[in-house]
Amino acid sequence: MNGLLLAAPPPPPVIPNFGGPPGGPHGCIATNGTFCWDWVTAHWGDILQPHLVEHLELTLIAVGIGFVIAFVSALLAHRRHWFEAPFGAFSALLYTIPSLALFQLLVPFTGLTVLTIEIALVGYTLLILFRNTLAGLRGVPTDVLEAASGMGLTRRQRLTRVELPLALPSIMAGLRIAVVTTISLATVAAYITPLGLGAPIFYGLQTNFTTEFVATGALAVLLAVAADLLLVGVQRLLTPWSRARRPA
Amino acid sequence: MAEAARGRAGTAGASAAAEIVFRGVTKYYAGRKVAAVKDLSLVVPAGEICVLVGPSGAGKTTAMKLVNRLIDFDEGDITIDGRSVRSLDAVELRRGIGYVIQQIGLFPHMTIGDNVGVVPRLLGWPKKRIRERTAELIELVGLEAADSERYPSQLSGGQRQRVGLARALAADPKVMLMDEPFGALDPITRDRLQNEFLRLHEVERKTVIFVTHDIDEAIKIGDRIAILREGGVLAQYDTPDAILAAPADDFVARFVGTDRGLKRLALRRLDEIELDPADAAYEAGLRLAAATTLRDALSQLLTAGDRQCLVVDADGNAIGTLTIDHVSALLSSREPEAVS
Repeated sequence: MNGLLLAAPPPPPVIPNFGGPPGGPHGCIATNGTFCWDWVTAHWGDILQPHLVEHLELTLIAVGIGFVIAFVSALLAHRRHWFEAPFGAFSALLYTIPSLALFQLLVPFTGLTVLTIEIALVGYTLLILFRNTLAGLRGVPTDVLEAASGMGLTRRQRLTRVELPLALPSIMAGLRIAVVTTISLATVAAYITPLGLGAPIFYGLQTNFTTEFVATGALAVLLAVAADLLLVGVQRLLTPWSRARRPA
Repeated sequence: MAEAARGRAGTAGASAAAEIVFRGVTKYYAGRKVAAVKDLSLVVPAGEICVLVGPSGAGKTTAMKLVNRLIDFDEGDITIDGRSVRSLDAVELRRGIGYVIQQIGLFPHMTIGDNVGVVPRLLGWPKKRIRERTAELIELVGLEAADSERYPSQLSGGQRQRVGLARALAADPKVMLMDEPFGALDPITRDRLQNEFLRLHEVERKTVIFVTHDIDEAIKIGDRIAILREGGVLAQYDTPDAILAAPADDFVARFVGTDRGLKRLALRRLDEIELDPADAAYEAGLRLAAATTLRDALSQLLTAGDRQCLVVDADGNAIGTLTIDHVSALLSSREPEAVS
């Protein structure tokens, strides 16, 4: 039975049962090409939602690991200037490699796995997170640093109580860009293994039924917008001082 | 006003001030042949304001930063109350020294109250004590209690430097270092803050090292003035009156200005000199308040075209007569006249 299936030629494209009643074609078939809400409601539970959760996981893991690497590297480069050039060049190099090519380059080493996807996604976050964190640390006014030292803050206290809080807007700006670009890039990951919102998009592109990839693509955009808004909110909570203005 | 401030001083923790001694202190910057500070020796008595003044490149700011070791010296020693600054951990040393700079350097992400409380928090004061001290200082420097919840970006330049002063005073240091603190303010605000700083100094009597390039500010603020010349060499160290009366050399004379006689007159008020007895003959002429400086009195006499006038107290009663000859005699005297 199994052998038979493997040997058989690929089946003709299955026209999905667009959420209509079993056995009978649904109205959406007749109007294929326009958006089919019935498909969306029918497959929210078994296609859209699981892939959305996978997508979120791919993104969070990539940005989380990327942030840790970039943050530590930026602290190092802030303390030891020589470190900036090599790490900056390394992260810039990663950033310029086309994503499909990078996936392809990694496959011989890490296979068609989540690891391949995450390595590539992490690579793309490094440049922006490193640059923004370092720029934030370097942007602290010198008079503030002099006052801090003159008042008797140790180097560590200066970093944690003055430099990092003041670098926060720049770090958050970097995080927002990294999250949005990673959400977008992670759709390409389905090229390696069918994970995330990229999977239904690739599948949808292989059929002549547009609703699937339109709905999934829209979901990816909504996810990016929601994540961005969330980060804006977090930043406003963390930096009340940046909005303080002299009353008119 | 000053009396009210003095009244509060009782609660303000009357920490003793400390004597600062520079002994043969020399500092070279790497790669420079000329010293930034050369063999500097001077004693700042406890509780006094010592102004370091001089042209650019005279090492004023360097000399000041040697005290809290933001810069380390090469030779000699600096002691605070007899203890070498080198015998202390630099961080501990700095927490015991108030520090005020021209650009103020308030922490933009902290409220005014939190800015003032930085050093007490570093020192681990209890929260309640920090709150009380912060509130006390915010009032003392002339800000409103509500200001403590605001951020530095919401204050004017003058208000920010008041916060800078409060922050430096917060942990009740024995020593204050001030690097051109009023240099970036407009002339009116600067004058007001200078006056309030002098009032504050009566309340919180610290030993102050104050850097400026403005000789008029030095004369106004300083109990003693150290005039430095290029290469960080001390040209003269004395009271403003003694320096104006007898500049040590041509450099000092040029630096204090050809109007040094008039500047010296500005140091004294009519009630601080011995006046001739009140003469009813001048009743109809010019009448000057006892709080007028000799400089302003001379100006008014010359403007009015009189050679003498009556000096009156706050109630308008004549307490003496001032003559132009008397002013002229004071100008040529070297020693400041004893207060009558």
